Amino acid sequence: MNTVRPIPEAGAPILDVERVRRDFPVLHQEVHGRPLVYLDNAATAQKPRAVIEAVDRFYRRDNANVHRGVHTLSQRATAAYEGARETVRRFLNAADPREIVFVRGATEGINLVAQSFVRPRLRPGDEILVTEMEHHANIVPWQMVCEATGARLRVVPIDERGALDLEAFHRLLGERTRFLAVVHVSNALGTINPVAEMVAAARARGIPTLVDGAQAVPHMAVDVQALGCDFYAFSGHKVFGPTGIGALYGRLEVLESMPPWQGGGDMIRVVTFERTEYHDVPHRFEAGTPHIAGAVGLAAAIEYLEGIGMERITAWEQTLLRHATARLAEVPGLRIIGTAPEKAAVISFVVEGIHAHDLGTILDHEGVAVRAGHHCTMPVMDHFGVPATARASFAFYNTLEEADRLVAALHRARELFGL
Amino acid sequence: MNDLRALYQEVIFDHNRSPRNFGRLAHANRRADGHNPLCGDRITLYLDVDEGGVIRDIAFEGQGCAISTASASLMTEALKGRTVAEAHRLFEGFHKVVTGEGSGEEIGKLAVLAGVRDYPMRVKCATLAWHTLEAALKGTEQPVSTE
Repeated sequence: MNTVRPIPEAGAPILDVERVRRDFPVLHQEVHGRPLVYLDNAATAQKPRAVIEAVDRFYRRDNANVHRGVHTLSQRATAAYEGARETVRRFLNAADPREIVFVRGATEGINLVAQSFVRPRLRPGDEILVTEMEHHANIVPWQMVCEATGARLRVVPIDERGALDLEAFHRLLGERTRFLAVVHVSNALGTINPVAEMVAAARARGIPTLVDGAQAVPHMAVDVQALGCDFYAFSGHKVFGPTGIGALYGRLEVLESMPPWQGGGDMIRVVTFERTEYHDVPHRFEAGTPHIAGAVGLAAAIEYLEGIGMERITAWEQTLLRHATARLAEVPGLRIIGTAPEKAAVISFVVEGIHAHDLGTILDHEGVAVRAGHHCTMPVMDHFGVPATARASFAFYNTLEEADRLVAALHRARELFGL
Repeated sequence: MNDLRALYQEVIFDHNRSPRNFGRLAHANRRADGHNPLCGDRITLYLDVDEGGVIRDIAFEGQGCAISTASASLMTEALKGRTVAEAHRLFEGFHKVVTGEGSGEEIGKLAVLAGVRDYPMRVKCATLAWHTLEAALKGTEQPVSTE
């Protein structure tokens, strides 16, 4: 195999991939008799030992409910949970920990904003702007509020590379636009959107904004203050933390203007049958017992990433992306769906003569885990006229050899299909 | 690669490359759409069933993976000239085989899809055409979904 190893540029941070791989127990196993190559990170990422142990430690030593008890364990659990909020604040560079609401994931964060912030502000004929490359989680909640209010969804188109049509965006941003909801990095195409520019254009018109950052935070440093958005949502499990936990950033004054979304315990100050006085933000939005261990695990994941450095992660993943893109071009009949100039290490592709689902099964037999399907972005599939794609999504623990294993497995799939 | 051959037998590739009874049936009196939303497979099945309940003609169109295309193609071959009651029995036999409960003796050539039993995620691919058949025979208006 003629693997050309790129020489890191002088001064660029170098990531010791073999060393970080040792931190991920799940990576060291065989699937169908071959070493696992895990390239389904956009669906969910693997967990470093630091995360697994943090969750384990919490349940072994500190488990108690938060904000309720006066006993020691409750104090420890509360400190860990609120400490995790501070860790997320630092990760996103939010100004205040009260701007971080713990939710189940990006999907719940978007639904919270849709129902609590956007829905009460909409009148018939108002418009919500999204893009053609949104994940279903950033389409359906807006369709639901449109249905309830008589507002309508406007869609910024993408070009043949899967890059956003910025001219169309500026055209669509109009008098009736009440909200902009845009994905930071496309899970189906890898496209990195110029969200800072888009948010600035919206702000100039007084239009509030939400950025779906589920696929951005695993790949790059995110600074919500620099972006200037009102909301930013992400999921813990895609950023090497547990499932069932995520965070919604909301600018403090915006969060404070919002009514609660779900009612229950811990989001109130006083309840009588006559009236309820709600808690301050962010607790107002965290009804019921939260996923405390999840928050602890998420904080451990963030601290782990901080230890490596997001800059180093981005640099290595860009090396992986360049290498994998070049090597995939060697596979006859392979077409990459999504070739925008600014991309994260996510490569969607189709192979002529082999359906994505068949590719998924054959690659799995070679030990290579990829996603096959529409990636919860059916409008993107429609745009490119394909029912489904295979998707290799990389994380910083992937190696150049693993990209080569993907390419070799694709050659074998073609052989099997007699192509 | 050997065990993959158990799933992807030559007959399956043959039917995938050149599906039999592919296209629209102008004189169809039964029709149904099937959809697997997870992978995007779509099928439209056309049947011409006479008064005596015999499937005089059958065809399908759509797009899907090798397993779903071959399954639809083999199904149309197996059903032409059979009665509706026989078609139901064949589906029951086929379903047992692909879910690992039957030997496959009674389903003839359709048994080439028996390898699917080791791939639970692919059972839906193999049975999409058959679920669509059931819908067509029942006269269901709603498209069938494997979800």
